[in-house]
Amino acid sequence: MKLTGAQALIKSLEMEHTEVVFGLPGGCILPAYDPILDSPIRHILVRHEQGAGHMAEGYAHVTGRPGVAMVTSGPAATNLVTPLCDAYMDSVPMVAITGQVGRAMIGTDGFQECDTVGITRSVTKHNELVMEPDEIPLRVRQAFHLATTGRPGPVLLDLPKDVLQAEMDWDWPSDADVVSSLPGYKPTTRGHPRMIKEAARLITEARRPVIYAGGGILKARAAEALRELAELTDIPVVTTLMARGAFPDSHRLCLGMPGMHGNYTAVTAMQESDLLIALGTRFDDRVTGRVSGFAPGAKIVHVDIDPAELGKIRRPDVPIVGDCRLVIEELVRAVRALLEQAETTGARTGADEWRSRISGWQERYPLHYDAHFEGDPLKPQYVVEVLRDSAPEDTIVVSGVGQHQMWASQYWRFEHPYTWVNSGGLGTMGFAVPAAIGAKVGRPDRTVWAVDGDGCFQMTAQELVTASSERIPIKVAILNNAYLGMVRQWQEMFYEERYSEVYLSPDLPDYVKWAEAMGCAAFRVESPEEVGPTIDKANAIDDRPVVIDFRTDSREKVFPMVPAGASNDDLVVHPSQGPGGERLVQ
Amino acid sequence: MTVASGGTRGAAPAVSHHTITVLVENRTGVLARVSGLFARRGFNIVSLAVAPTDDERFSRITIVVDVEQTSVEQLTKQLFKLVHVVKISELAPADAVERELLLATVRTGGDNRSQVLELVGVFEGKIVDVGFEDMTVMVAGNPAKIDAFEDLMRPYGITELQRTGRVALPKLDRTLARARGQNESATRLGGVTGKAS
Repeated sequence: MKLTGAQALIKSLEMEHTEVVFGLPGGCILPAYDPILDSPIRHILVRHEQGAGHMAEGYAHVTGRPGVAMVTSGPAATNLVTPLCDAYMDSVPMVAITGQVGRAMIGTDGFQECDTVGITRSVTKHNELVMEPDEIPLRVRQAFHLATTGRPGPVLLDLPKDVLQAEMDWDWPSDADVVSSLPGYKPTTRGHPRMIKEAARLITEARRPVIYAGGGILKARAAEALRELAELTDIPVVTTLMARGAFPDSHRLCLGMPGMHGNYTAVTAMQESDLLIALGTRFDDRVTGRVSGFAPGAKIVHVDIDPAELGKIRRPDVPIVGDCRLVIEELVRAVRALLEQAETTGARTGADEWRSRISGWQERYPLHYDAHFEGDPLKPQYVVEVLRDSAPEDTIVVSGVGQHQMWASQYWRFEHPYTWVNSGGLGTMGFAVPAAIGAKVGRPDRTVWAVDGDGCFQMTAQELVTASSERIPIKVAILNNAYLGMVRQWQEMFYEERYSEVYLSPDLPDYVKWAEAMGCAAFRVESPEEVGPTIDKANAIDDRPVVIDFRTDSREKVFPMVPAGASNDDLVVHPSQGPGGERLVQ
Repeated sequence: MTVASGGTRGAAPAVSHHTITVLVENRTGVLARVSGLFARRGFNIVSLAVAPTDDERFSRITIVVDVEQTSVEQLTKQLFKLVHVVKISELAPADAVERELLLATVRTGGDNRSQVLELVGVFEGKIVDVGFEDMTVMVAGNPAKIDAFEDLMRPYGITELQRTGRVALPKLDRTLARARGQNESATRLGGVTGKAS
């Protein structure tokens, strides 16, 4: 069958079960936009290419399927760099298609030409410039295979315009063709049996163990397996920023989020532990604090599908390369066998003492914020709490980056996997609005709330036009404190309150007018009494996006906090909770 | 990137010199992927040589890098994540045969010509070009030998010098029992691969 390269591209996307493409056409990608008209694939026309990338990410986060973004060459491709890097850092499966100038023009500095493959090389799992139309089906299959297997990540295909226009012989490669076309790609999924046995032994012998669960749990669809392991061994679980929802917050073994703004118990339990069972996580600096001071007495079992993560930051005592779900299932079997062998009652030595220390910390240092005073702006934490309590349980929460992100992660109660979408590794401001749109497209049955900051919102708000015109009814709660809040917090605490370039104004822009201009319903909330009713109103709207401008207190800081470069032992709690805080907070 | 000139001379004690051979798919941009990774992860390449293997689908890149042992592990693991990288071997100098080629143009005015010719003979090199006042010579051999030759030529005046950077292959097994079981050249590329661990 003869097809044009463009037809082959769209057909290949269909063959890979693509249901939606986020994109924006332009000169070099034009040929691919013609067959889109006849395809069952839904195309969502974004207002900026960065939005297409984050939408693809949001879609991938909640569905587990790769998000697809398609844009033209040059500036469109460079606009995609931020989401590619974001997806690379957070291991999000994504396939990006970019147009390129015709083959004969490559290297001549043609109009809208850039070295897309060169520019995106270090922010993609893999990329390819496709120089022959016959290659298109294989390259697309490879892209989906690479994006979704092993450690997931973004893959980019760069397609010259004349490759899209040329005729080719359609031939859909088999699975075997794909595997044999990638001789250097063989991810290890099964853990080494001897290492699993050794890990099981350490688990049964540990007195103060903690499971350190990362985003890899979600990527591997391992939430069930994690729960089984935790319950079998009675070991408490911390869920990193990327793993919120991987283990239910209401579970008796859940300690919540660790790290720079983690809660006291999660941070301290890790510091005091004698065994960390690190599952699909990478010892990120925001979790470990100063590495030399991180969990100094703990042995480490580290499970990850990426061998390069084992020993990158902290040398594990038991390294296991493999898929988290498969390895955890094996671990459960191995631990069960050991427990049966020992004919013990199941009670680990020291388990009671460990449990009581943990519950002591939980009682003494719960998350805390000051009460609201009459006439003051809203407490942002309160807004998140009311949002949480008014939302259906399986609501998807999406955030940008900064204080509001930490409050959303801290104060939401995550009960289900794939209900939390955020930019963890790259920390991309402006992530929330487009990612929420992508999430809602992937899960139209769910309520999707973006909890955003005023700084973040201004970076990508134009995608609300996309949401309105495509009828994607997301909801956005702007915690508007009129500042780049996290930067303000650091300037307050570490730069003697010398506020430099962080003030944004609560009224400029007028968020309500702006949102209305973009086709959204919009509200402004200034007093605590209005918070609940306005959220209820927003939850009832399902025919268009909603934006609420919550006027929040700019003096609020995120606690607890491990100052940058400090050990996790030096966690600063809320000033009302202990002497630790007063050193840094006036 | 600098050209090899004296291996570990002057390096900090914890850092040592590692030869890594990387079998890659023979595709456009592969070298950029590999060298880009070195730059991105902060590793300095001492020397680098690339050429296709006997199988034209693959090329072999031989890279000498000065790093700590723990870093070389991380480096090979990161390299192995490149989709076009098929196999990685780290070759300890004791387990490898290493060769390098040197071309040098040496001043041979006055009475020097015969002395230079003699030294080239001692090092089993060749004269590849001759001018009135100078001569271009070629020497191939293990890197230490090349270093020695370069040192000996310097007093005569080197006007141009080009070294290829080393290429290396693992030493062959000479124990009978193992040799019998070994029929694929690929398996001889044992060493450390990115998958180990």
